[in-house]
Amino acid sequence: MKYRRAGIVASILLLATAGPATGDVLPDDRADILYHLYDGGGVTIEGPSILVRKKAGKSVSFVANYYVDMISSASIDVVTTASPYTEEREQMSIGMDYLRGNTVMSISVTNSEESDFTSDSYSFSVSQGMFGDLTTLTLAYSLSNDEVRRSDDDTFVRDADRQFYSVGLTQIVTRNLIMGLNVETITDEGFLNNPYRTVRYVDSSNPIGYSYEAELYPNTRTSTAVGIRARYYLPYRAAIQGEYRFFTDTWGILSHTGAISYTHPWGAWTFTGKYRHYTQGQADFYSDLFPRSEATNFRGRDKELSKFVSQNFRLQASYGFLQDGWGFVDRGTVNLIYDQLLIDYDNFRDLTTGALVGEEPAYRLDAGFYQVFVSFWF
Amino acid sequence: MKTTLIFRLLPPIVLIAGLTACGPIEPWVKPYERDRLADPIMSLDPDPVSTAYTHHVFEAREGARGGEGSAGGGCGCN
Repeated sequence: MKYRRAGIVASILLLATAGPATGDVLPDDRADILYHLYDGGGVTIEGPSILVRKKAGKSVSFVANYYVDMISSASIDVVTTASPYTEEREQMSIGMDYLRGNTVMSISVTNSEESDFTSDSYSFSVSQGMFGDLTTLTLAYSLSNDEVRRSDDDTFVRDADRQFYSVGLTQIVTRNLIMGLNVETITDEGFLNNPYRTVRYVDSSNPIGYSYEAELYPNTRTSTAVGIRARYYLPYRAAIQGEYRFFTDTWGILSHTGAISYTHPWGAWTFTGKYRHYTQGQADFYSDLFPRSEATNFRGRDKELSKFVSQNFRLQASYGFLQDGWGFVDRGTVNLIYDQLLIDYDNFRDLTTGALVGEEPAYRLDAGFYQVFVSFWF
Repeated sequence: MKTTLIFRLLPPIVLIAGLTACGPIEPWVKPYERDRLADPIMSLDPDPVSTAYTHHVFEAREGARGGEGSAGGGCGCN
């Protein structure tokens, strides 16, 4: 379920990022056809993502996105507490941008469907170019309504509502430097845990030394993230980018994200390398092993709530073609991206090793994900 | 006496400073100086579909969410 909700957050971001580069220009007409594949930790997820954006006249632009996750999971959580499963998530988004003077107003709606989960979200944003277009200010609000169900219990239906508030600022600093600042607060209310997931607790009556019971999360959560990015043009036509994000929430999770990337064009090719480092402290109610049943008011054993360090290495190659245009197509690119993701958990233990209870080694995730996509501008 | 004078002068100083701040700001990077920023390699987010997917992968595996930026990049020139 966590995976599914992340899709909604990302989809809201998608239509926002597919939006205007500045406050007084509509984004270019383009089409993107992407195939993605994630493989790691016993989980395989693949599917397409297709985006089309087209202007209608000089002041209106429409955008639509179709995205699919086909999931086959035998993850560490699944193999220790449940049975492997397959699932499909289908997501559709449509949006519109309206340009008036130096202002772009955007609206979008998104629907995400699974056999046991439905989410509908609605977004509105305003972008304003200022100071001779050196500065672009963006204010955005989104509302998401989720329905959580269980595949093994038709009577189980729970709701969760989410609201997103964000302020974005893009600033041209010098003729070689552009910076972006983003502040986002998200509030959640309702059924926020995964209905299938469990926590483990010490149980001497069980021969293996522990038993499982259902997770129980708080019904509310508020998080705040502040991110800053800076991209600098190097003297020999290349670009370097640095990023930092601070995150904190009412569940006690505190994290830092830092990244650095380098982009180097070479003829029709463009190569990018990126390193991303993420550290996170655990949620207040997280424990890998609770001392007894119902030991605390709230309890969770999702490894996403534990303390860990995540590292990601990226290589991207992009090849430009039809640079002189062909028919109604102005130009195109074909892209290949490979990411290597390594997560070292501090206090989420690997129960498949058969070690003594509470002394199992910490789990480590080693995953790779791939993206192949073609983009056309017209 | 000195303190009173400062308090009497403070409001108009603040008002003038505020009004000045709201006045037109001359762009310090002229439109004709934005050729490098207009280069596609300077886009903060050249591939929104790929960016959304990548954020999706991280958000599903990490506690943090949001704040990754929605404002675009580019030259800021028409």
